[in-house]
Amino acid sequence: MKLAARTYILAVLIFLYLPIAVLIAMGFNESPLYQLPFSFSSHWYVELMSNRKLLNASWNSVLIAAITAVIATVLGTLAAVALSRRQFFGKEALRLLLLPPIAIPWLITGTAMLVFFYWTGIGRGFHAILIGHVALAIPYVVLVVGTGLTTIRADLEEAAMSLGAPPVKAFFRVTLPLLAPSIFGAALFAFAVSLDQFVVSYFLATPGSSTLPVEIYSAIRKGFTPEINAVCTILLLGSVSIFLLFTLFAKPGASRDRS
Amino acid sequence: MTAVDVTAIAKSYGKVEVLSDITTHFPEGSFTSLLGPSGSGKTTLLRIIAGFVIPDTGRVTIGERDVTRVPVWARNIGMVFQSYALFPHMSVADNVAFGLAQRGVKGEPARREVQRALDMVHLGGFGTRKPKQLSGGQQQRVALARAIVTRPSVLLLDEPLSALDRRLRQEMQVELLRIQRESGLTTIFVTHDQEEALTLSDKVAILDRGRIVQIGAPTEVYERPRTRFAAEFLGDTNFFTGTVADGRVSLRNGMRIATASPLPANGAPVTLAVRPEKITVATRDAAPEDGLTNRVEGAIIASLYSGTALTYEVDAAGQRFKIFAQNRDARPLARGDEVTLSWSPDHTVPIEDAP
Ligand SMILES: Nc1ncnc2c1ncn2[C@@H]1O[C@H](COP(=O)(O)OP(=O)(O)O)[C@@H](O)[C@H]1O
Ligand SMILES: [Mg+2]
Repeated sequence: MKLAARTYILAVLIFLYLPIAVLIAMGFNESPLYQLPFSFSSHWYVELMSNRKLLNASWNSVLIAAITAVIATVLGTLAAVALSRRQFFGKEALRLLLLPPIAIPWLITGTAMLVFFYWTGIGRGFHAILIGHVALAIPYVVLVVGTGLTTIRADLEEAAMSLGAPPVKAFFRVTLPLLAPSIFGAALFAFAVSLDQFVVSYFLATPGSSTLPVEIYSAIRKGFTPEINAVCTILLLGSVSIFLLFTLFAKPGASRDRS
Repeated sequence: MTAVDVTAIAKSYGKVEVLSDITTHFPEGSFTSLLGPSGSGKTTLLRIIAGFVIPDTGRVTIGERDVTRVPVWARNIGMVFQSYALFPHMSVADNVAFGLAQRGVKGEPARREVQRALDMVHLGGFGTRKPKQLSGGQQQRVALARAIVTRPSVLLLDEPLSALDRRLRQEMQVELLRIQRESGLTTIFVTHDQEEALTLSDKVAILDRGRIVQIGAPTEVYERPRTRFAAEFLGDTNFFTGTVADGRVSLRNGMRIATASPLPANGAPVTLAVRPEKITVATRDAAPEDGLTNRVEGAIIASLYSGTALTYEVDAAGQRFKIFAQNRDARPLARGDEVTLSWSPDHTVPIEDAP
């Protein structure tokens, strides 16, 4: 029984990680046609450095992800705080409407945005991708920050006010420091959502503004070299680091323990 | 150090009237308890005085200042929360210094004030600790130090001791009283524990379903409850319901009970209250005590022994009596013993509301 379970888990892990391992390895193989035997070379990484298209797309991806993280985190945090701490008209409706976008297929969201942006004159391009990504990331931020807020008692802010601090000051001196780990986690989450995003980016990209996933996709269709493996490896490294940072900072209850 | 007044306060949530027509004076430097069962509106009244809740009607004045429309942070209050509400990311000293910083007191003067406040609650050496490194009782004392260090006009406490175990709670009661006396702060203390209220307070205000049914010194509210609710909430009570006849109250079973208090006209229905510890229980042959002119004969139907005291239940002509007696006699009375009950008309109090 134990052996069976262990074999099963091993099989799953191999299934998950072997293709990735092969992808990384082939980025360091000299043959442009992925031929064996393996012969180590950093040739494709050097090539990548002069591939303007891939580099430009990478830069776009990182830039869009960073701006998305900042904007979505600010807006999402404000929404989460309002939802958990303030009373206002339409609060329940807003709470209900904020989360379903997570469950809506990106294909549908992407199509809807394309049509809507065309129709309103926003059009396509860097700015359109950015708006799209921010919209996609906000619900995740609300979810992560909202969960963090439930671990911070509302009477802490009341105590601060009773001591003479106006509400905004009470928020910045008491709630925000306690919420910082959740906010940081949410920002990483938003960054990752944007960096991984393909469908919406693909619909909204224009020649100069395409992101890395879009560029990789079109490269694959045209015939490609292990440069793609190199860029994927770099992207993977970035994503994994973000994931590790996230699990480090956004542990449940981290906001209470971290003092 | 200022008097606090609430005048004609009312508050409803939707259709539920939580407070109605509350008018009370909290004298300068006094310790007043708001006492009542859960849901009677104590917290709401305290939060109206604090400024967290705006009343539908009525006024709140602190000293000469009408603060009804003044927000919490501009009222100069000190508040202690049931959950302590210490800032977990700040040291004990920073917690206490928070209110001073809001008033522009910083640096060395702030440090001195913080130290003085922490000394006052016997936590002088704990300034650098984080709240979670302290015990519950210590956290509560930090909360108290934080609330009083700013010299607020009024100190408000919402069931601050209810999370502590019994012994710690009694220690904290003594501490709280000492600190209140030393600081001279006008203090309003919410509790549902009648013993705590009687022990600590200059005045006790009894709340029942959003109304103050009685307010007065502990002895006054305990000895002379005005309503059945007040009598029952402050402890056990024997009630006798009858009609006035020639300056006494005649019960249906023929008993005639005297009271030292004025009674309504002949024939009026009236309910009398007598505390169980005011009644002397003796065997039939014992000599009567002076002054205990209310006397009835009965038999013990239950006897409960609890070490220092005894609780007897006595039946006298169909009327049940509950009696607390000190454990002084050679032999506690037992079920079936024939006894004489006697008590003073001074301890026989007519209550106002309908029987
Ligand atoms: N914000 C609120 N919204 C609706 N009802 C409330 C609110 N605050 C208090 N109440 C109601 O008012 C009543 C009195 O509450 P409270 O003042 O907390 O009583 P106590 O402190 O004496 O237990 C309760 O029935 C409670 O449900
Ligand atoms: Mg309460």
